[in-house]
Amino acid sequence: MNEIETSGGPSRRGVEAGVALATVAFGLLAAFGSLLVGIGWGVEGPKSGFFPFYIGCVVIVAGLINLLAARRHPKGQLFAAWPQLRLVLAVVVPTAVYVAAIPWLGLYVCSIVLIAAFMVFQGKYRPIFAIALSAGIVVVTFATFEWWFLVPLPKGPIEELLGL
Amino acid sequence: MEELVNLFHGFAVVLQPYNIMLMIIGILLGVIIGVLPGLGGANGVAILLPLTFSMSPTSAIIMLSCIYWGALFGGAITSILFNIPGEPWSVATTFDGHPMARNGRAGEALTAAFTSSFVGALFAVIMITLLAPLVASFALRFGPAEKFSVFFLAFCSFIGMGKEPPAKTIAAMMIGFVMAAVGLDSITGNLRLTFGFTNLINGFDFLIAVIGLFGIGEILLTMEEGLSFQGRAAVINPTVVWRTWKELPRYWKTSLTSCLVGCWMGISPAGATPASFMSYGIAKRSSSNGEAFGTGQIEGVIAPETAAHAAGTSALLPMLALGVPGSPTAAVLLGGLMIWGLQPGPLLFVEQKEFVWGLIASMYLGNLMGLIIVLTCVPLFAAILKVPFSIIGPVILVFCAIGAYTVHNSTFDVALMLIFGILGYVMKKCDYPLAPLVLAIVLGDKAEEAFRQSMLASQGNLGVFFSNGLVGTIMTLGLAMLFWQPLQTVFARLRGQ
Repeated sequence: MNEIETSGGPSRRGVEAGVALATVAFGLLAAFGSLLVGIGWGVEGPKSGFFPFYIGCVVIVAGLINLLAARRHPKGQLFAAWPQLRLVLAVVVPTAVYVAAIPWLGLYVCSIVLIAAFMVFQGKYRPIFAIALSAGIVVVTFATFEWWFLVPLPKGPIEELLGL
Repeated sequence: MEELVNLFHGFAVVLQPYNIMLMIIGILLGVIIGVLPGLGGANGVAILLPLTFSMSPTSAIIMLSCIYWGALFGGAITSILFNIPGEPWSVATTFDGHPMARNGRAGEALTAAFTSSFVGALFAVIMITLLAPLVASFALRFGPAEKFSVFFLAFCSFIGMGKEPPAKTIAAMMIGFVMAAVGLDSITGNLRLTFGFTNLINGFDFLIAVIGLFGIGEILLTMEEGLSFQGRAAVINPTVVWRTWKELPRYWKTSLTSCLVGCWMGISPAGATPASFMSYGIAKRSSSNGEAFGTGQIEGVIAPETAAHAAGTSALLPMLALGVPGSPTAAVLLGGLMIWGLQPGPLLFVEQKEFVWGLIASMYLGNLMGLIIVLTCVPLFAAILKVPFSIIGPVILVFCAIGAYTVHNSTFDVALMLIFGILGYVMKKCDYPLAPLVLAIVLGDKAEEAFRQSMLASQGNLGVFFSNGLVGTIMTLGLAMLFWQPLQTVFARLRGQ
């Protein structure tokens, strides 16, 4: 607990302001995109950009209000401590790699690696046990989806090699 | 009378062996989903939705709605035994449920929670049975302006009833509307807001958003908090159940109030979470031993659980009768309807009688079966929680990825899911509500269509939304909801003077 309290981290104020600014940017993008397709009145009634343009404007206004409200958070308040964010990144980064690898290696192989790696690095399990368990889980998943429910999931070179 | 005949016909459909099997599978899966961190009602149903594409719509909705009931039941187990709310609506159950478990009364707390859940759900189902056909036949007369006013009221309720700052609710909701607008414009056939990305032609699918926001986002939050499970042992045997059941009727007033609060909050899409908190607060204020709340009072378990289930169940009323879901899970079920080729809305009651009444009948039976299953299987479900997060976590990630992929068989969606997950984590940490965002993605196109058709009919005159008594009343209610929080401040000040 002490480590979390003393380690510091991004301030709540800063993140709130960042989110509010991102909201405003999103609203601007929506309004701009709507202008491209026309926001006025055409032969078919309101044009395609009519509705999203005004919605985008509301997003901008709401974002600005939230930007002002961000200052209400006390100065020392943290969004999260660095060790906490490290734990979050320990999920985000492997998942990002996993997502990026699926088109090349197929979902099943990637899943075995993801589960096993998570078990070894986060849970401190022995690699043999981790690989065995994750392979078992994935095989059951394979049987459920491919054979029982007939839902094909992305497969890669290894499945092809095995003739599945 | 005709409704009763239809209902019995519905029971006949549900009682087919195949459908009963689906109900049991659904409830078991639902409880597991409710117990596990990172999987919830909405995203659990979203992940399993693709598996039902090949089923008949009636069987599919029976299984999916049973998953929902199971998830509602499951939240109570973790709250009471582990002090970890498996679902947001069971947070209030931890206040008195966990102290009860610490005092060695876990069995009583669980029995009270499950039974209250059942009572709340039953109350809401009876209400749906009686009201839904009426509301639907009324809604059949709705034109585009009336339709839009119902959407308007639904979305304004989020702003008025939510505990988050209104500007944050509005921001989240409007972002959802923009996302719904991306892609092909259904009226003119033009592409918009895609900025040249071909992946965006079909827009953002709300199922991907649900899986990312609720599933991945929740895992990130769980990870950050560094889970440490310290559960309490639970013994439920017939003696405990019987003793608790004998005690429960004494609290009929709390039950009834909670049922009413739950139904109200469920229909106006505030949802189960505020309903459980509100009814806990009311019970605390009105109970004779209100000061003792928080130390393990059985009433403190009854109130939130009854309300949460009543709300969770009654959220299906507007979904069925109006095509406007009252909660994210109801929204996912609504999305399912469209995928199975049904048009949600009042016409369902006319054109798809078997489907509607099968669903309503399955609500009765599903909740009864759920009660029996959870009462008998608690130790099994509690054991699931003993599996370390370092194993469960990545497995849930994999299932989320599979769920996201199967929606359109696209790996781009899996990447989108992760982005939604990070977005969900940050938004949740900053008190932005996720439910309005999801509902806006689901309903955005329909709301826009209703708005544009009304505008077309009135040649751009906004007065069309106040052109007759019905639409004017609904719009006024919506405006009152929109400005509810500032109005309350004004009232409070006036009363203070």
